[in-house]
Amino acid sequence: MTTHPDPALREAPAVVPQGGPADDWAHGVDTVPQAVETPDELQPYAELGLRDDEYDRIRHILGRRPTQAELAMYSIMWSEHCSYKSSKVHLRQFGEKAPPSDRLLAGIGENAGVVRVSDELAVTFKVESHNHPSFVEPYQGAATGVGGIVRDILAMGARPVAVMDPLRFGAADHPDTARVLPGVVAGVGGYGNCLGLPNIGGEVVFDPCYQGNPLVNALCLGVLPVDRLQKKEAAGPGNVVVLMGAKTGRDGIGGVSVLASATFDEGSEQRRPSVQVGDPFTEKLLIEACLELYDAELVVGIQDLGGAGLTCALTETAAAAGTGMRVWLERVPLREPSMAPHEILASESQERMLLVVAPDKLEAVLKTAEKWGVLATAIGEVTPPAPDGQPGRLLVTWRDRVVVDVPPGSLVDDGPVYARPMREPADLILLQADRAETLPRPSTPDALRETVLRMIASPNLADKTWVTEQYDRYVLGNTVLAQPEDAGVIRIDERTGLGVALSVDGNGRYARLDPYQGTKLALAEAYRNVAVTGAKPIAVTNCLNFGSPEDPGVMWQFAEAVRGLADGCLELGIPVTGGNVSFYNQTGAAAIHPTPVVGVLGVLDNVADRVPMGFVPRPGGDHDQLFLLGETHVELSGSEWAWVTHEHLGGIPPQVDLARERQLADLLAAAARVGHLTSAHDLSDGGLAQSLVESCLRRGIGVRVVLPEHFAGGSMPFVFLFSESAGRALVSVPRGHEKAFTALCAEHGVPWEFIGVTDPAGGALEVHDQFRIGLDELRGAHTATLPRLFGGEETAQVAVEATRTGTATVLPATAEQPVDVDPDAVAAEPIARAGAADGGATTEGQPDATAPAAAEAGPESADADNAAETGDVPVEAAAAPVADPASDDVDAPEAAPTSTEAGPDGSATATGDPDQPAAPDQR
Amino acid sequence: MTARVGVVTFPGSLDDGDAARAVRIAGAEPVRLWHGDPGLHGVDAVVLPGGFSYGDYLRCGAIARFAPVMETIVDAARGGLPVLGICNGFQILCEAHLLPGALTRNQHLHFRNRDQILRIEAVGTAWTNAFQPGQEVLIPVKNGEGCYVADPATLDRLEAEGRVVARYLGGNPNGSQRDIAAITNEAGNVVGIMPHPEHAVEALTGPSLDGLGFFTSVLKHLVGAPA
Repeated sequence: MTTHPDPALREAPAVVPQGGPADDWAHGVDTVPQAVETPDELQPYAELGLRDDEYDRIRHILGRRPTQAELAMYSIMWSEHCSYKSSKVHLRQFGEKAPPSDRLLAGIGENAGVVRVSDELAVTFKVESHNHPSFVEPYQGAATGVGGIVRDILAMGARPVAVMDPLRFGAADHPDTARVLPGVVAGVGGYGNCLGLPNIGGEVVFDPCYQGNPLVNALCLGVLPVDRLQKKEAAGPGNVVVLMGAKTGRDGIGGVSVLASATFDEGSEQRRPSVQVGDPFTEKLLIEACLELYDAELVVGIQDLGGAGLTCALTETAAAAGTGMRVWLERVPLREPSMAPHEILASESQERMLLVVAPDKLEAVLKTAEKWGVLATAIGEVTPPAPDGQPGRLLVTWRDRVVVDVPPGSLVDDGPVYARPMREPADLILLQADRAETLPRPSTPDALRETVLRMIASPNLADKTWVTEQYDRYVLGNTVLAQPEDAGVIRIDERTGLGVALSVDGNGRYARLDPYQGTKLALAEAYRNVAVTGAKPIAVTNCLNFGSPEDPGVMWQFAEAVRGLADGCLELGIPVTGGNVSFYNQTGAAAIHPTPVVGVLGVLDNVADRVPMGFVPRPGGDHDQLFLLGETHVELSGSEWAWVTHEHLGGIPPQVDLARERQLADLLAAAARVGHLTSAHDLSDGGLAQSLVESCLRRGIGVRVVLPEHFAGGSMPFVFLFSESAGRALVSVPRGHEKAFTALCAEHGVPWEFIGVTDPAGGALEVHDQFRIGLDELRGAHTATLPRLFGGEETAQVAVEATRTGTATVLPATAEQPVDVDPDAVAAEPIARAGAADGGATTEGQPDATAPAAAEAGPESADADNAAETGDVPVEAAAAPVADPASDDVDAPEAAPTSTEAGPDGSATATGDPDQPAAPDQR
Repeated sequence: MTARVGVVTFPGSLDDGDAARAVRIAGAEPVRLWHGDPGLHGVDAVVLPGGFSYGDYLRCGAIARFAPVMETIVDAARGGLPVLGICNGFQILCEAHLLPGALTRNQHLHFRNRDQILRIEAVGTAWTNAFQPGQEVLIPVKNGEGCYVADPATLDRLEAEGRVVARYLGGNPNGSQRDIAAITNEAGNVVGIMPHPEHAVEALTGPSLDGLGFFTSVLKHLVGAPA
């Protein structure tokens, strides 16, 4: 079968349907009777993205050819973006492998997952992509990305309370990045700020693979009383269908099937009109109006209009209820009166919601809308299912002509499902063999110092204040932690202090090297970021950004990623509550790195217990003890260091052990609760060095770090500082709490290592026997990069919390906790090296040869206080061997120049270069 | 008796809830006022909160100043009612000609949110009498159009009459002339401030508690004010 180009559609049909107004152009409207009479009319289904067999299937469902409007509806509803036709077979695992949860009030398939966090309150959160529109028109693409996800959250009955934005761009110094990034950031800020939603975190990542295909993902968090949960069912025949919000215009027509499912090529500029334009003011009014309607119990069902506009909202609400619907399309308020029916149905004009309302409530609904100055129009009514029990039909007329008559479920549920061919990319085995562990490493103090400065100034690790200060993080007055903290923390109940923590993370490089592990690593990082605040992780959302599913290599990556996420969530015991898939992220034949972005939500019973990431000033200038939790292996493949210094991507990503992540999270929550932690910071990109620098610069507190024995010598100090081993966190513990804290570590089976002290007066990051870098120099290196790349005054401020002398009080943003101040010990203590309680491991506490005797002011000095605070943990507990056989394997590099490491497949390879110690343990 | 402080909600107001919370924490009773209702419901003072009233697609505050509630507020302010305009509220006060000058797009053209140090320079106003002259405070600033401008004569007069209420210290976040962050009218009952004191009233959520002084000031003012 051949197809006509578009103009064929505009030809006047041979038979003019009877009735209707006689305006000329209206004669071109294709009606159902006409479709019956002209079965052989050629239709441009291929141009609309439908395959031959898909078109045949539509004809089979309808028993005739579709009308022009119907064809448009099927083409967008059956597009990859709306139908998930390539991903469905894989996404099922999220349900099949879901751990049992009594918190889940709404899950996958709803507009957003809803999780109960207390008897009265629930939260809903979801992340979605707006990648393609943001490349074409960065500001509006990003702005409407925020708008879209906010409406998803609103549709669940929740008040949106925060947003986050994981962003990925091409190379930081590429000219087009200078076009895309400022526009995207301004768009995210412009929409979110005007909506009054604090932006509490996200990511800004640069990699050449995103050059022609930036990733703009947006996450929204909402809060609702559990009994306000809304449904999308268009239940109750006779109920009125109301369209509320902005007028419908020509923006975004075909946006879903053309923009969201097409790769970029030279013609992309011509598609600009397809990108929607946002109006955050109308969305703000829409939010307030909807919330008032929910509270007055005036709506039966509600659905936001997003991708596929009215088509999606009408069919999904009807299909969900099994009812039919009768819609008078000419009642839809239009921005442009000349719009044809198929345009009205396909339009993706923003800021619209579809309500289902009982007839006796209609007046009250319209009144509320009027109060908020929002348009609300009854455009149809719910009709009963067929007498034989079959679902009802969606009947749409336009000026008395039937333009659509379809079973709604056929668009929503009966779309094509493909098990696309999958094949491991041919280059993967070679890529994995090219390990970063074999690259030359800095091995002198000077080289290490230079590496630290270079790394913290590299675009991915550099301070992101240039971006984040364009976002309002204060509005609504409940932001307890926001970027650059590991996770955003929002208070959701002022009375009880109940709050939630949220983090979104992804690492395309890891996923490129191993999509299964890479996805687990993204999950682990988000989970850990939530855990370091002291919150208990409870639910997961995700945005899966991939290349073309028609490429078997990409499809394999996708399948592996989904398997990794589903397995990971099962291991962590937290369910996936919803998500989004974005395919076709590629330019020409080149796909982006597979980029699963994972969001984890945690709950904090009292946000006052949250732990910040930065070191905090202590009363009397006291020193906190620094502990590194978890194990550091020689894991450099896929690392930021390999990329920045060698432009290297190869090998296998760090190993991830989710049982360990769980232990770490449990430990952090327990320690936060009893006030053992003054700060906690996740280790991920850039390793320990990055975490130390960020924690120092947050409030301008210096540190003195001692290298553990087994990381002294050769390039091991480098490994200690830059390895990206998972499952680690840097914590600071007030003096007097060490003993109890390490006992708690032992109890939770978490390996720990004392690595130094904070040094408020020192004003530097000092690594003993290696280097010392003043905080000003660190700050200069860390903060200059983005302003240099994207413009801004020379006075670009640091992400340091402002401090100043003066008469008013500055409150350190620290968790309140009891502190024992011993002025004598403070004065006498240059560096205290606590004894490691890890009896079986090589990490046991050897007094540092260079540490003066005053180092005894370690854990032992405060036994009595600790016992009281931790519920009397016996000293034996602290000394008990950590249940961690692996820690035995931590190499002393000089002693073990040759080691054997097992690849992920169990095969072993030997490395024999004494200067390049192999990964000590790659389980 | 507890003072009643009105907080106006325009369509597009965003920090109205926060202003009401700050009023409550300061010890007064917040009373929500609606843009379309000219009644002030017996409030003793009014806060015009931050946000994007009517979307601010036109000049910021240009439409809000015509809201029914504003007509009443303008009259009452001329009669001595304490009025604090924060951010968008400051813009509205300028548009309503209760304060001189205007707030224009930040010089660097970006929205900017940071914790900002201010020096309180006028402590005789209804909203700043709890501060010491020259006191430095830390308060979040967040705006896209917070660059204060006026003609030189007006600026000179503001300076001469001690009506510059607060100035930015340690970096001017938006390019405001003479680092002006807040000004007052001749009588000292109307204050417009670009930074957000209502976001510095709780240890948990703000960078300091310094913002509280603005709200306790008005209570002090009301106690001392002639009935």
